[in-house]
Amino acid sequence: MNDESQLPAVIAVDGARKSFGAVKALDGVDFTVAPGQCIGLVGHNGAGKSTLVNVINGGITLDQGTIALAGQNHSSGHSIARARSGGIRCVFQELSLCPNLTVLENVRIAHRTLTGFGWRTRAAKLISAQLDTIFPGHGISAGSVVGDLSIAQRQMVEIATAFSRDSDPVALVILDEPTSSLDASRAHQLIEYVKTFTAEGGAVIFISHILGEILEAAHRVIVMRDGKVVGDRPASEFTVPGLVQAMGSVAAKRQARRETDARASGEAPVVARPQHTDAVAFRAFRGELVGLAGLSGHGQTETLVDLYKSLSSDWRAARDPKAAFVAGDRLIDGIFPIWSILRNMSITVLADWSRRGFVDVAREIGFGGDWKQRIGIRSDDLENPILSLSGGNQQKALFARALGSRAEVVLMDDPMRGVDIGTKQDVYAMLRQEADKGRTFVWYSTEMDEVSVCDRVYVFRDGRIVAELAGDAVSEDAILAASFGERAA
Amino acid sequence: MRRLVSADALRVLVPAMSLAVLLGAVFYLQPRTMSYTGLNLLFNLAVPIALATLAQMLIMAVNDLDLSMGAFVSFAACVTATFLQSAPLLGLLILAAAVAVYAGLGVIIHLRNLPAIVVTLGMSFVWSGLAVLILPSPGGAAPEWIRAIMTVRPPFAPMAIVASVLIAVIAHLIVMRSSLGVVLRGVGGNRRSVERAGWSVVRVRAMTYALAAVFAILAGISLVGLTTAADANIAMRYTLLSIAGVILGGGEFVGGRVSPIGAVIGALTLTLAASFLSFLRISPDWQIGAQGAILILVLAIRLVLNRRENKEKRA
Repeated sequence: MNDESQLPAVIAVDGARKSFGAVKALDGVDFTVAPGQCIGLVGHNGAGKSTLVNVINGGITLDQGTIALAGQNHSSGHSIARARSGGIRCVFQELSLCPNLTVLENVRIAHRTLTGFGWRTRAAKLISAQLDTIFPGHGISAGSVVGDLSIAQRQMVEIATAFSRDSDPVALVILDEPTSSLDASRAHQLIEYVKTFTAEGGAVIFISHILGEILEAAHRVIVMRDGKVVGDRPASEFTVPGLVQAMGSVAAKRQARRETDARASGEAPVVARPQHTDAVAFRAFRGELVGLAGLSGHGQTETLVDLYKSLSSDWRAARDPKAAFVAGDRLIDGIFPIWSILRNMSITVLADWSRRGFVDVAREIGFGGDWKQRIGIRSDDLENPILSLSGGNQQKALFARALGSRAEVVLMDDPMRGVDIGTKQDVYAMLRQEADKGRTFVWYSTEMDEVSVCDRVYVFRDGRIVAELAGDAVSEDAILAASFGERAA
Repeated sequence: MRRLVSADALRVLVPAMSLAVLLGAVFYLQPRTMSYTGLNLLFNLAVPIALATLAQMLIMAVNDLDLSMGAFVSFAACVTATFLQSAPLLGLLILAAAVAVYAGLGVIIHLRNLPAIVVTLGMSFVWSGLAVLILPSPGGAAPEWIRAIMTVRPPFAPMAIVASVLIAVIAHLIVMRSSLGVVLRGVGGNRRSVERAGWSVVRVRAMTYALAAVFAILAGISLVGLTTAADANIAMRYTLLSIAGVILGGGEFVGGRVSPIGAVIGALTLTLAASFLSFLRISPDWQIGAQGAILILVLAIRLVLNRRENKEKRA
């Protein structure tokens, strides 16, 4: 498509497919990066960006498709080691330095070639020079322990490490949200450096939720949605609103949303949060489905945990709990893996029935049977271990656990991850039903159609609420526009 | 951002100060210890404890814990007092095999994703059993050369002090300065980041375990050098002593934050605490409890300092 395509591509991905259970993370992606090119990669949560990045750096093997590195096909043997020796470097979204080591020791971890006598001096020189080039006036000493640095400094170290070269080549640097903790001037320095780096023949894949940065840094922008590439054009042909539009799906079928009746000004919210840095104060009223939206990892989970802590006590289990929590990461925060389905469901309510410290088994069984029917758990016997259920049904059991309690407020931390569509529909209907009975739901979701179900939506960016959308204003476009806003200078 | 002492310096400073305070108290109670022989007697048993503590520290640097340390040191001591003395070649072979077993443990723990505590707890019975097989009743004899090394009288400072300093310096070079040590601590700090850089974490773990076994074997050998004979239960206390020594010396259970110099100081402090309590004429029945109290005190001081430091960082 342009004159650089005669050179062998730094990396060429062809027909990449990868599924995680029922979720198709990559659904036939073709993708090439030529030397000297900066590619901007954009897409909403779950569009497949991170999976694609992990495929390229060798962390994930494809179900189908090929990867060619510098023209050589390595469809089967692509691994982390091969990607690295092929000159592929990555700056990950979550910071991935060793906090217990010094800056130069982290450089040593990144560069296997830094061995032998005097490696410390060489590593220190290498990183200091690279930091000076990219971020003049960084004020980071190579001997300081990473754990003592600020987040922005750590990110600068990580970026500089990725671009630094010892004796191994640097062909392609993948920057996954590299500016998320940098201020505007540092971000600008990085973009300037990306331009010089590509001018010297290096290639960069740039992922950012700040679209202005993408358009400034990239030569070509690739838009992903639902595991597919839906747009691949020179950056000059895109504008910020145009990108937002390209990321969204075709007007999704809107669920019938309850009319948001104008709240009587006197009604007190069930949940509220002091407005510190947020643009809008968070409030949730009785009988409401409140959505928390935005790109993942921008403070939604932290907000939910804060809300839960403010509604419960650390010291004693309340007889009348005000809030129940549905965890997103089932395996880590949700289920008790060696317990039966029934026990997993009844754990929050047991205290209500216990008599003189003993569990009322008859009531427990009654409770289980009742909820099994109401929520439709597909298992013939609730005494089976929880792990015998599919992911979706495990999640249903967790919903029963929360809904079965008398809590007025249910906090949900992206509970529908990896759940099939049928279960989702069941749960949506039940949530609506429960909300009509007066319960309040605060629901963080990374999926657009779930957020669109909510009565009111708060959009998060960089750890703060940046927008409140209510009623018919809740739309994919509005949420995308708010989550991919411009950097506040 | 600038602070007077860095977190790492503090890590060594607190144990060093506790050792100094304790030493001052011992000198005050019993001035006669302030001599060449007195110091040697005070710290004699610290050398094997210091070596065992370093072994434990290596395991803790990769976020594991070794509950078989005491049993393994006892096993090494029994091998030293029997085979190494009568058939040195066979003895060395047995010890080399033990190192290989440790490396294998590291591999199994990594590959099968097992909790190290469980694996090493199981292994502790294996080592104890082997030790009893080798030496059913207390006995054996120390090889001449180790006896000679442990009783050497260097000028200026007694053997126990010289050996401790030497051990600390060597361990510091390996763990803190060498590039292997960096990767080793990196695995404790952020395993994924090490993996992503293309390192084989399983190899690093195996090497760490093997190195720990070498230190533990040295602990067993030096112990026999001091006691001249061995017993299958000779070093059972070392499991907890070594963990306490690492923590006392500024190490942490997780996160790859360890300090070899601190660990040696921690081992010295623990040894000294026992003598200190004897000088106070506290009955042996209470000594273990009192030793625990000293441990809690030092850890409390460190906690307070750490907390203050974190507050400053946030401000």
